[in-house]
Amino acid sequence: MSLARCFERCKTERRAALIPFLTCGYPDAPQSLELLRGTADAGADIIELGIPFSDPLADGPTIQRSSFRALEGGMTTEGTLEVLRAFRAGHDTPVVLFGYLNPVLRYGVDEFARAAVDAGAQGLLLTDVPAGADRALEERLAAHGLDLIRLIAPTTSPERISVIARAGAGFLYYISRTGITGARAQLRRALGKEVEAVKQRSGGIPVVVGFGISTPEQAADVAAVADGVVVGSALIDRCEQAGAEGVREFVAALRGAMERDGPDPPAAS
Amino acid sequence: MTPGASATEHRFGPYGGRYVPETLITALDELTAAWRDASADPAFAAELRALLEDYAGRPTPLYRAHRVEEAIGTGPVYLKREDLNHTGAHKINNTLGQALLARWMGKRRIIAETGAGQHGVATATVCALFDLECVVYMGAEDVERQALNVYRMELLGAEVRPVDSGSCTLKDATNEAIRDWVTNVRDTHYIIGSVVGPDPFPRMVRDFQAVIGDETRAQLEAAEGRLPGSVVACVGGGSNAMGIFHAFVPFGDVRLVGVEAAGEGLDSGRHSAPLAAGTPGVLHGSLSYLLQDADGQVAPAHSISAGLDYPGVGPEHSWLLDEGRAEYVTVTDDRALAAFHRLSRLEGLIPALESAHAMAHVFEAGAELARHGPIVVCLSGRGDKDVAHVARLSGAEADG
Repeated sequence: MSLARCFERCKTERRAALIPFLTCGYPDAPQSLELLRGTADAGADIIELGIPFSDPLADGPTIQRSSFRALEGGMTTEGTLEVLRAFRAGHDTPVVLFGYLNPVLRYGVDEFARAAVDAGAQGLLLTDVPAGADRALEERLAAHGLDLIRLIAPTTSPERISVIARAGAGFLYYISRTGITGARAQLRRALGKEVEAVKQRSGGIPVVVGFGISTPEQAADVAAVADGVVVGSALIDRCEQAGAEGVREFVAALRGAMERDGPDPPAAS
Repeated sequence: MTPGASATEHRFGPYGGRYVPETLITALDELTAAWRDASADPAFAAELRALLEDYAGRPTPLYRAHRVEEAIGTGPVYLKREDLNHTGAHKINNTLGQALLARWMGKRRIIAETGAGQHGVATATVCALFDLECVVYMGAEDVERQALNVYRMELLGAEVRPVDSGSCTLKDATNEAIRDWVTNVRDTHYIIGSVVGPDPFPRMVRDFQAVIGDETRAQLEAAEGRLPGSVVACVGGGSNAMGIFHAFVPFGDVRLVGVEAAGEGLDSGRHSAPLAAGTPGVLHGSLSYLLQDADGQVAPAHSISAGLDYPGVGPEHSWLLDEGRAEYVTVTDDRALAAFHRLSRLEGLIPALESAHAMAHVFEAGAELARHGPIVVCLSGRGDKDVAHVARLSGAEADG
């Protein structure tokens, strides 16, 4: 299923998309595949699948830890695509590959873009390729059918938001706070207004919010103002504490909380 | 095709760029604008010049090393005495410039990464001088190995934060500094310590270090009435090398020789020589030669000298290599250590282990280099910081 189709369906169901993040190869390759399946079965609309990297400079301690563990276990870029391929055998939940540029460069830009589509990826988010950083590279990555997901930060100027939106595909990913990934006890109050400002300039591309969302209550709050909610570090934390079953329960709880708040979205303020 | 080939902005040929999280783009734009405006302001230049002269001790001498010449049987060999700067190395040229720039931008909090602690000390020093809050990230292993520099930074009022992720060295300290910057970017300036990182850092740090080459050119003109035949400098990130090379890049007859750390040998896999043995890749915001494995994971670096112990290199060096404008050679730990002892005995100058790599190349290839005219070596730092380390190594050798 394409990302666009997925958001259409969520819109029809009057709810925001739930987008869990998993580091591929954490805690190991077979369990990683089980987590993907379990997460999809528990109600994930889209899954972000992290390609582990040795120097994840946009990530907080939790995702760093999961990346290092995955690399120690032998996970690679090719291995990530293999896990995705195995997942595709039984699931059509859209997958966005999430990672850093260097492993993609090493794999070969065109080869990677082709292989990712072939393995069943719908989108690609490279945290260290901001819109316009390398236009030729960005065009090549998108040339084989991947939606290039763009990040927008609280520090991004309104003019630049418009530029990014024009370069974006699939959805725009609004970073809920200035900083790195990682669970936070509280979300910032201004978030609703900021998301609304991004939506006004998004040109109709869905706007999802991530970074720091860690409880079903927070997910429900964000779902009220955004088209989708990304939950990452909190999921890895849950996996560390309660294993695959804990992850499934947590995803189901997130989905449940988002649905309760979905049908009648309050004003974005 | 090289990945950045079509985008010419912010680059040295295909190298450099801004491969950073979106959160930093606005800050990099602000920094670029502030640096451009400050560079055009005569008052800024005058203040920096006064600080370099009265506080750091510039100009540093260009010293003719007669005993080195005798020992290797060549013509003139000159040492650019960056070791005589305040805090003991060229690092202060850059930290003074960037601290002034931070003040210009109204940023009161400074962060930095450090390996051996030299850039950390130079940053803590200028933060004391300008009354700025200072946090220095340092790999947990380096904190252990460089306890004296940690204490120095603390004496100067800085907070040293040990980093215990990844390989617990300079690369990881840099990751953590970037994470801090992403989080606190509105009130914080990141004083990066070398000609690495996203644009504008590589060209900005180079310009702050270019005073080394500008002085060298004038001093050699006065002494010899000519340009050098060759300029030799060690390359980790590559800031002292870019600083001394920059003035001579337009003069094609001047050989520019960068010396990377071969560690235990290029074949051992334990080295810090991305230009000699790496491939282009992206680390810390720019495309440049990089030590990496077949999967694109960054490979750990090794060198006896903590200041060269880095898997990446400044993007301008990658470009100078590809263009054939500079040549890059390597020197092993053992040869650098031998040069450390030899220069100490010959000239009464204890060099930093980093600078000892450049000296080692001159000791070995001096006769050939001298055919092109006077040799200039950037003596980028003094070796006081390395004395305890070298003593331990010598002790181990004596015992073993």
